[in-house]
Amino acid sequence: MSDITSLTLTDLVKSIKDKKISSEETTKAFIDRGEKSRDLNAYITEDFSNALDKARAFDQKPNFDLKLPGIPMAVKDLFCTNGVKTTAGSKILNNFIPPYESTVTQNIWNEGAILLGKLNCDEFAMGSSNETSFFGSVQSPIDKDLVPGGSSGGSASALAANLTPITIGTDTGGSIRQPASFTGTVGLKPTYGSCSRYGIVAFASSLDQAGPMSKNVKDCALLQEIISTYDEKDSTSIDFKRNAYSKELTNNIKGKKIGIPKEYTVDGMPKEIEDLWTKGIEYAKDCGAEIVEISLPHTNYALPAYYIVAPAEASSNLARYDGVKYGFRSKGENLIDMYEKTRSEGFGEEVQRRIMIGTYVLSSGYYDAYYIKAQKVRKLIKNDFDEAYKKVDAILTPSTPSAAFKIGEKTNDPVSMYLNDIFTVPVNLAGLPAISIPAGVDAKGYPLGLQIIGKAFDEQNILNIAYAMEEKIEFKNKITDWWIK
Amino acid sequence: MTKDNSEYLIERRENVYEVVIGLEVHAQVTSNSKLFSSSSTTFGAEPNTQVSLVDAAFPGMLPVINEYCVKQAIKTGIGLRAQINKKSVFDRKNYFYADLPQGYQISQFKYPIVGEGTVVLDMAHGQKEVGIERLHLEQDAGKSIHDMDPQNTLVDLNRSGVALMEIVSKPDMRTPDEVSAYVKKLRSIMRYLGTCDGNMQEGSLRADVNISVRIKGSDKLGTRCEIKNVNSIKFMQMAIDYEANRQVDLIEEGETIDQETRLFDTKKNETRSMRSKEDAHDYRYFPDPDLLPLEVTDEFIEKLKLDIPELPDEKKKRFIDKFKVSPYEATILVSDIDTAKYFEEVVAKMGKNLDIKLAVNWITGELFAVLNNKNLEISQSPISAKNLAKLINLIKNGTISGKIAKTIFELMMDGDIDPQIIVEEKGLKQESDPKALEALIDKIINDNREKAIEYKNGKEKLFGFFVGQAMKASSGKANPQLINEILKKKL
Repeated sequence: MSDITSLTLTDLVKSIKDKKISSEETTKAFIDRGEKSRDLNAYITEDFSNALDKARAFDQKPNFDLKLPGIPMAVKDLFCTNGVKTTAGSKILNNFIPPYESTVTQNIWNEGAILLGKLNCDEFAMGSSNETSFFGSVQSPIDKDLVPGGSSGGSASALAANLTPITIGTDTGGSIRQPASFTGTVGLKPTYGSCSRYGIVAFASSLDQAGPMSKNVKDCALLQEIISTYDEKDSTSIDFKRNAYSKELTNNIKGKKIGIPKEYTVDGMPKEIEDLWTKGIEYAKDCGAEIVEISLPHTNYALPAYYIVAPAEASSNLARYDGVKYGFRSKGENLIDMYEKTRSEGFGEEVQRRIMIGTYVLSSGYYDAYYIKAQKVRKLIKNDFDEAYKKVDAILTPSTPSAAFKIGEKTNDPVSMYLNDIFTVPVNLAGLPAISIPAGVDAKGYPLGLQIIGKAFDEQNILNIAYAMEEKIEFKNKITDWWIK
Repeated sequence: MTKDNSEYLIERRENVYEVVIGLEVHAQVTSNSKLFSSSSTTFGAEPNTQVSLVDAAFPGMLPVINEYCVKQAIKTGIGLRAQINKKSVFDRKNYFYADLPQGYQISQFKYPIVGEGTVVLDMAHGQKEVGIERLHLEQDAGKSIHDMDPQNTLVDLNRSGVALMEIVSKPDMRTPDEVSAYVKKLRSIMRYLGTCDGNMQEGSLRADVNISVRIKGSDKLGTRCEIKNVNSIKFMQMAIDYEANRQVDLIEEGETIDQETRLFDTKKNETRSMRSKEDAHDYRYFPDPDLLPLEVTDEFIEKLKLDIPELPDEKKKRFIDKFKVSPYEATILVSDIDTAKYFEEVVAKMGKNLDIKLAVNWITGELFAVLNNKNLEISQSPISAKNLAKLINLIKNGTISGKIAKTIFELMMDGDIDPQIIVEEKGLKQESDPKALEALIDKIINDNREKAIEYKNGKEKLFGFFVGQAMKASSGKANPQLINEILKKKL
């Protein structure tokens, strides 16, 4: 076993079950690579020594009936992990160690997986490039000084660089799919209510959803099967019949109707994205799918609506970080002074910007003009999808309007950064599932992704379509290990 | 200023002002656990021992509605004869304070669980209806303690997240007496329902009082001031008195009233400005995305209606119809659920000897006096309903006189002793044997021949002397009625 870390999850599980490799060997391999890859800045917190202990414990009393037997993995630092520092990429939680575990990560540990550490992300998941993290920007393994996307940038980078065989992210406006697209990996944003939000540091409660990130669709299906459970601790969790996604996975998508929304051809979209989309349509046809042109007329309004709803919820969700109970506190003359200092020093610029926007749009006199109107737009966008799904089974779009960009390229232009989420945001507003799969590269060789959007609760269908197309696309990520000296 | 039961008017020169009052009552829901978490709500626990991760707003913690609190709110709505809204929404009321861990309070703003209703007050001058605007569910905040540490404010989160019902009245009250009657009636209804214990000392019931004044006869509302967080009926009345006069004085001086929030200083007996309208918080209310709209079915509501006990108004009517008590007596008996229960138990235990008048008199007279003296609730009465019924029966069947009964009543308090036992042990049984009494009276007449003659000659006042002598000779045990009869005959 020369390179354990390059195995897919499925192969890794098989090797461990066949006793070809131990959990300890596996864990050690990922730790070694993690230690050599610190220049990527993918980790905020390494929990390597505990991981090794757990791996040894697993090997002593292995349970091969589990779905993730002794599999080490790192997770986005937005998931609260019992006894392991959880920062959400923010200074304000720099010293926060939760005494509880998120439902999603608990589901993973229940299947035998082992925590390697916590992965870097944009501060409170606010960002599309992983540059807003208090712990510094993350390097994409694709190329030096390239962003891995965001907000699950640490997850995408670690996954693509083989620091973890699989990972989880969270997606509020594209934070799983966009970094997956930028790093040549697979990322699924499940239906809102599929994965419990319990124990995940909240950004925008009505949009946040955890999801799997993987090297291929099959791994993605397996992880989704594990993390998606109904949870009474989350009032927005939905009790629907969940498929055995990996078992039921099929590449037979003959006759499936796939919609192509004309509104997703946006001004200034690079030709290579258009070409990728056209190629994607051909792949889908090759798989036996039927292509149908559809219209999602309110698409243009999605981004502005999103940048009202998400900051509004965030401004309220982040009010709890006030220096009183836990986390960072700055000394102040009095309570108000302490609040002001704590929050100005504890939150980064982008987070403060969104708190300001959110506070503004909820203010009396502006609430109707912004928040209420945005909610109306949200309903219209959802209606667009409902209409479309009367005609089609899924929708195919590019994941992003461009390939990955360089670190620092967009940091002074927040609007251009926000525009990166243009294809992913409508999906969150409508609460739908969508998957991004790698489908090609741009002129510089940077990965590009295609997004398949499904009906609510229809994860199985988009996984199947992705699985079938993946076979045709035969994408291979080119990782040169340039960062390893 | 004139002050009588039906009017509370403030006179200045030629102007007569009336006071318009509305109340926002915060009533703590009787529930073992909090509105959105499973922490205990027991009063008086060590600081910060009843706090869950949800109550302390840890990252990623989510609220889950406590169905019992929802039921309690709906039951209260039914008790207030109010509209129950099948769909209501929880909103976030955003503001920063050290004892508000989330940085927002989960409340109901646009769509409360209960809509318009009515409360009927029994005033001395007749009945008065006060409209209910709405009732909504919300979380309580924690407690900031400023006087325990010279440098720091300490925070106790035990109360953080406890369920409150905010009951908003219409501006229908005109006198401090009506305010008092309203709060007592609300308290009474909720205690009947078991939805709020109404304990004002423990803060289970507190109110914000909205006050404005206007020239009597005007139908326009004046600018109101809100007096925050008044926690006793007496203070509410004092605050209204002070605040109404303050507003009238301002108007008389040609000034305008600023809409503002004020505090009542119980030591100085005055209200003072807390914040003006301009400084009012912008709470940035919006629907809490962590919670779905709260939807209840007709079936759910109907099922709760089956749980609603007889409420004070119905009970009062029944007492009047069935027991022929006066409306005044009925009001007293039903005002508190425990009093009503006590009365009904006494009635039940008296059985075939039932004498309602006697029962009412003993409860509202002797018993209430004792409870008042000892500062006890009727539920803590030193004499049980069962034993009081026995005592009344002993009077009723002639075993003891009313006077002796009072002595026995005192003795019963020492551990709720059965009056029958006291009668036997102390030999307090009434002498009702006519022969024995005749002999006793013969002897008295014999010993006082001259007075007997004077009586016969018309000095009727002396009859009392003979009664007294007979009672004295019998150590108070002689049946007074028989004594009267025999004396009349013999003299």
